[in-house]
Amino acid sequence: MQIPDNSRELPDDRGYFGKFGGIFAAETLISAIEELRLAYEAARSDPVFRAEYEYELKHYVGRPSPIYHAKRWSEVLGGAQIYLKREDLNHTGAHKVNNCIGQALLARRMGKPRVIAETGAGQHGVASATVAARYGMECVVYMGSEDIERQAANVYRMKLLGAKVVPVESGSKTLKDALNEAMRDWVTNVGNTFYIIGTVAGPHPYPMMVRDFQKIIGEECLTQMPELAGRQPDAVIACVGGGSNAMGIFHPYLPHADVRLIGVEAAGYGIETGKHAASLAAGRVGVLHGNRTYLLQDANGQIIETHSISAGLDYPGVGPEHAWLKDSGRAEYVAITDDEALRAFHDLCKYEGIIPALESSHALAHAAKLAPTLAEDKVLLVNLSGRGDKDMHTVAEKSGIQF
Amino acid sequence: MSRIPATFARLKAQGRKALIPFITAGDPEPGATLPLMRALVAGGADIIELGVPFSDPMADGPTIQRASERALSYGMSLRTVLALAAQFRKEDAATPLVLMGYANPIEAFGIAEFAAAAAAAGVDGVLVVDYPPEQCGEFTALLKRHALDPIFLLAPTSTEKRCAEVAQAGSGYIYYVALKGVTGASNLDLDEVSRRIPAIRQKIGMPVGVGFGIRDGVSAARVAAVADAVVIGSRIIEEIEQAPSGQAPQRVTALLAGIRKAMDEGVKS
Repeated sequence: MQIPDNSRELPDDRGYFGKFGGIFAAETLISAIEELRLAYEAARSDPVFRAEYEYELKHYVGRPSPIYHAKRWSEVLGGAQIYLKREDLNHTGAHKVNNCIGQALLARRMGKPRVIAETGAGQHGVASATVAARYGMECVVYMGSEDIERQAANVYRMKLLGAKVVPVESGSKTLKDALNEAMRDWVTNVGNTFYIIGTVAGPHPYPMMVRDFQKIIGEECLTQMPELAGRQPDAVIACVGGGSNAMGIFHPYLPHADVRLIGVEAAGYGIETGKHAASLAAGRVGVLHGNRTYLLQDANGQIIETHSISAGLDYPGVGPEHAWLKDSGRAEYVAITDDEALRAFHDLCKYEGIIPALESSHALAHAAKLAPTLAEDKVLLVNLSGRGDKDMHTVAEKSGIQF
Repeated sequence: MSRIPATFARLKAQGRKALIPFITAGDPEPGATLPLMRALVAGGADIIELGVPFSDPMADGPTIQRASERALSYGMSLRTVLALAAQFRKEDAATPLVLMGYANPIEAFGIAEFAAAAAAAGVDGVLVVDYPPEQCGEFTALLKRHALDPIFLLAPTSTEKRCAEVAQAGSGYIYYVALKGVTGASNLDLDEVSRRIPAIRQKIGMPVGVGFGIRDGVSAARVAAVADAVVIGSRIIEEIEQAPSGQAPQRVTALLAGIRKAMDEGVKS
């Protein structure tokens, strides 16, 4: 496998990962994006900023998150040993908060009193509302009206935390439309508003910045794995919607050429049905939401509606760095159906007493497929990116149970 | 050669400013577009901006979003927009036509194929909202090779340096976004526009059109007093939405004629 030497230096100074990424935004946003780029450039090399971010992660989020050896489940599967990076144990219950802390601190540094965010499942919205409360900022969260119905508990959580949740009625009324609406807000309130994008997508510097704020996940693993397992894993597995938790755990492993990196997309009802959210597996290169990447689109270049049981993976694009990692061959990407993810969800509840998020259940399901094909001394590290409390309703409904 | 420079030259000689209406192709249904384009010309349009519908129009307000959704519900595509443009060109050899849209449908079509097809259809200029000039050098070169004008946006937040760079890349005219916001927004500050435009016009050596938030004769006349062109979109689409069945063309002609009159009188006085 060819690994370019600069694999950890990307994006280039124009915001490109190979041919992916860039700044594809209307002129009305260009100056705001440039202001952000300069502010982040200064912050990332400022030890005071770094120290503040790390302090918050330790004392407010509860980092480092542990790694846990899922021994029983590994035994049941019969094969490789499965280790779980417990991002579900973070404050707010998912990896999303790592990035929100970073961006909120940056917003404060830039003197922006108002933050906005888009959300699908509600996890990024909750994390944004949480940090806004923590730093005393006004917070507006855009959420597709379909998702508001699917995720009522998270909507209430955001409101409890003082955020205003704005239903988005345009287009497919899901995550991509919430992103469009947040961009429109940003254009309109560009002077006092910071847009906290929740994933490694959007115009440069977002894909890089969000990755930087998430790579603490993989950095911790690099130290924890030798302590716990005596060595680095043979493969790192993470789910990919936009791809922030995967980028966070993959990035520090990029130079470790003998560690396989496996991203798991949502195959929904199955790739062949067309009802899925697997943009790397079945998409074509195009431009959406500020960057060039793989997109699910029709022959005319219109973005198509996606399906996944997990609202957090229900997005027609993917971060540009994943697009580049796919094309360069450094990472592999596979897809897991709703049913396979549900099976892994139930298995983890049953054998380990952990209720995983449906998003993370996709990564678990692939580990469950892979483990039995490998020897018992092989090690798989799965990013358990979030807890599943938010998914009770969806899972119960699938099992024919009404609350 | 694009029809745009000649149009601005003729207007300048007459001491008039350009009126540039925008409609979304295929809205409210594909059959409506040609009659509406004729109605725009009848109402005094100097250049027509024809919107290419896109599923995710991030820079547009609710009115143009609805127009896009209606057009897409009939399966409107870049290919059918180009077919409409070609039909329009057969019956109107004079009025410049600018396609305005987003990058993805053009990339799906193929940028080289698109440039050739747009030129063959009699299109004069292309404005791609999410293609800032430094991201689309190859596309801009393709347009120029086919004698199409690449039209770029400037915004109230664009720095002086930026204005110069954008002007360098574009031709035909520059589209100045009059407000911080999306198309059809209500926070237009005409004093700010009047302050900003003369300096930009002087700097860039190209006609400057102003759009976003212009809704009536009064605001159009005030913009026309400082700019080379006035762009009106959302207000026209509202007129189309509200017109009783079959009456949209007449209503649009009347709306535009009123604005045209206010611009001509305002500019002359």
